[in-house]
Amino acid sequence: MPLTLADTLPTDANEREYLWTLNFGPQHPATHTTLRIVLTLDGEKVIDALPHIGYLHSGFEKLGEHLDFNQYVTIVDRMNYISPVANEIAWHHAVEKLLGIELTPRCKYLRTIFAELMRLHDHLLNVGTAALDLGAFTAFLYGFQQRENIYDLVEYASGQRFHASYTRVGGVLFDVNNAWVDRVRKFVKSMPATIQEIDKLLTRNRIFIDRTKGIGVLTKEDAINYGATGPIARASGVVRDLRKDEPYLAYNELDFKVICAEGGDCYARFLVRMHEMAESLKIIEQALENIPEGPVNIDAVSDMVLPAKPAVYRSIEGLIQHFEVLMPNRGYEVPCEELYAATEAPNGELGFYLVADGKHRAYRARTRPPSYIHFALFPHMIRGYQLSDVVAVLGSINIIAAELDR
Amino acid sequence: MAVGLPENVFLTKLDAAASWARANSLWPMPFATACCGIELMATAASRHDLARFGAEVMRFSPRQCDLLIVAGRVVMKMLPVLQRIWLQMPEPKWCISMGACACTGGVFDTYAVVQGIDRFIPVDMYVPGCPPRPEQLLAAVIEMQNKVKRTGTVYGREFAERTNPTGPPPFDRDELRRLREASAIEGLEVYTPPKVSAEL
Amino acid sequence: MLALKTLHDRFGYEITESSFRDNRRYTVPCGKVYHVLEFLWGECGFDMLADLTAVDYLEYPGATDRFGVVYVLVNTTTGQRLIVKTHLNPPESELPSVYPLWRSADWMEREVFDMFGITFAGHPDLRRILSPDEFTAHPLRKDYPLKGRGERHNFPVITRAES
Repeated sequence: MPLTLADTLPTDANEREYLWTLNFGPQHPATHTTLRIVLTLDGEKVIDALPHIGYLHSGFEKLGEHLDFNQYVTIVDRMNYISPVANEIAWHHAVEKLLGIELTPRCKYLRTIFAELMRLHDHLLNVGTAALDLGAFTAFLYGFQQRENIYDLVEYASGQRFHASYTRVGGVLFDVNNAWVDRVRKFVKSMPATIQEIDKLLTRNRIFIDRTKGIGVLTKEDAINYGATGPIARASGVVRDLRKDEPYLAYNELDFKVICAEGGDCYARFLVRMHEMAESLKIIEQALENIPEGPVNIDAVSDMVLPAKPAVYRSIEGLIQHFEVLMPNRGYEVPCEELYAATEAPNGELGFYLVADGKHRAYRARTRPPSYIHFALFPHMIRGYQLSDVVAVLGSINIIAAELDR
Repeated sequence: MAVGLPENVFLTKLDAAASWARANSLWPMPFATACCGIELMATAASRHDLARFGAEVMRFSPRQCDLLIVAGRVVMKMLPVLQRIWLQMPEPKWCISMGACACTGGVFDTYAVVQGIDRFIPVDMYVPGCPPRPEQLLAAVIEMQNKVKRTGTVYGREFAERTNPTGPPPFDRDELRRLREASAIEGLEVYTPPKVSAEL
Repeated sequence: MLALKTLHDRFGYEITESSFRDNRRYTVPCGKVYHVLEFLWGECGFDMLADLTAVDYLEYPGATDRFGVVYVLVNTTTGQRLIVKTHLNPPESELPSVYPLWRSADWMEREVFDMFGITFAGHPDLRRILSPDEFTAHPLRKDYPLKGRGERHNFPVITRAES
């Protein structure tokens, strides 16, 4: 049961003299990125934790007001940098909802495959580093081996291994070919072995269980009240997954389970992530089987999407179309409206609140970052536990600083 | 081989011997703030394996390191921290600025991001890319080793010649013009950062 | 499904409803926003505050109010979403904090305070969160330039000789 400050703080003034303060971060190996926590300790017991953030605040949202809908995708990429394409999908999901664009079936499936690849990408790193902080190095290396394979797949499709900038309004940058599909199939075949290896290393590992079980407990009521989403909420028993609740892309045509756990401790969160990886593989497999033929971008003459590069270079219509879309006062019409649209990113609900004023760029592009909401939970989760549990809890809630601070 | 020396004895300059030892045991301090940090992890992980070049001993305490790798953008709130870490590192020390953001601010030309760390701390090597591929970082580490071997001296005389940071001065002409425009706004108070020192 | 009439009966006819795509919005005058939110929280089952943000309508075509504050509510039982919006005009820039209802409002309100300068009465710890404590501006206001006012250059330079 999580404790409040009133529970942990000694009431006797004499006992308070023994409290001491420990600064954790902003540059610390277990933070993986940049965040700072000021811990108040009674011996080894954590009485209170005060997070300080903003060490990576780089003005994403301000920049979003100055770049157009296609340009801003390069910035969104750099938000949650361990699952870049998932951010792009979330951003263009919001933009397409604003503009009222219905994607082609092939594009929906393609984006679904990418979203699930990114979920694997994220969970592999998270499971690896969560174990790394507790002293188990091997799972991290096994995970990274497969992450490199996902990098290769992304690079093959988009040309960039890390920040793909792959999606565009109404479609994607390039269509994929059959060779890519075969590569993904090969990857999907090799992946269960890795999951099994990590499973063997950690799931029944006595040290790992002792360090994570019953640590950082979050109850269901608190998870909802604190706004937790994604694997963290599902590990606390909140049955909520936007892929099922508000189906987008091709998710309503695919068969998958929502993984939930009870307990809400670090171990439950680890288990949820492990099982979600297996579900993601299932989704990718089905999507690969059912990926429809046809165009990947919506109709190019609809003034919504950029034409293909060969058309721009070789035909006057393509060139005109290209300029029409790029010029600030031409091309597609943007309504003077605002809306909130969210997708299920690997880390939780990644939403955008978009305000448009009729121009090709957003008037306000607010991000609802899951890491930000989850890190606010941290003091609540760590009160009353030991100092060494700080890294266990931090590892299990998967804080990405660029998304945290934007 | 010099004549008259016993076996297993070499003659060399002390500078060369020290630089050789230093170059092959660089201890990086990974100042990983953003995306480049993940590529830094990838460089150290299975496929690329930084250990082949003797630089895998990542130490998170600046007092044990001699190579600062700044991976990722450095923002207003972080720069005093970076400067303090640089001051805490013992001599001889070098600095690699990894990625477009650390070198120039990259795509983040915004109010919060420092436009190149070389304006405020000395930098020895720049790695371009957003983020650089692990191969590029490996090349930078090798190049860094060559530089240490080429220019290194026991007492660090090579550092004495460089008294300025290598980047452009903090105020170029455009910035000054913009500042003048901004200062016409009434009630403007420019932010003053906290003072930095190596002492805790 | 919550009907607009219920809200009208309880809180008067200033509340308006609008919708765009699948978003349903209630625009509420800022004096009543806390009571409306409390009602939605307590009696309509909106137990999660998914997002709290603000918009500066300084340059927005046809806008009459300066700031808009947006609450995105979710009912986790039914999966229903609802957006509650209110407007603020300087010099009045204070809203009641919804921290007593949803704990997730804690950091979101701090962010809105940091970025827009809107204060929240009753918030337990209203400090800047993303910018440094000594910072004086509110960066996401439209009258603040993208590249700042030189704050990013205002640091001491450390040279080789000093280090």
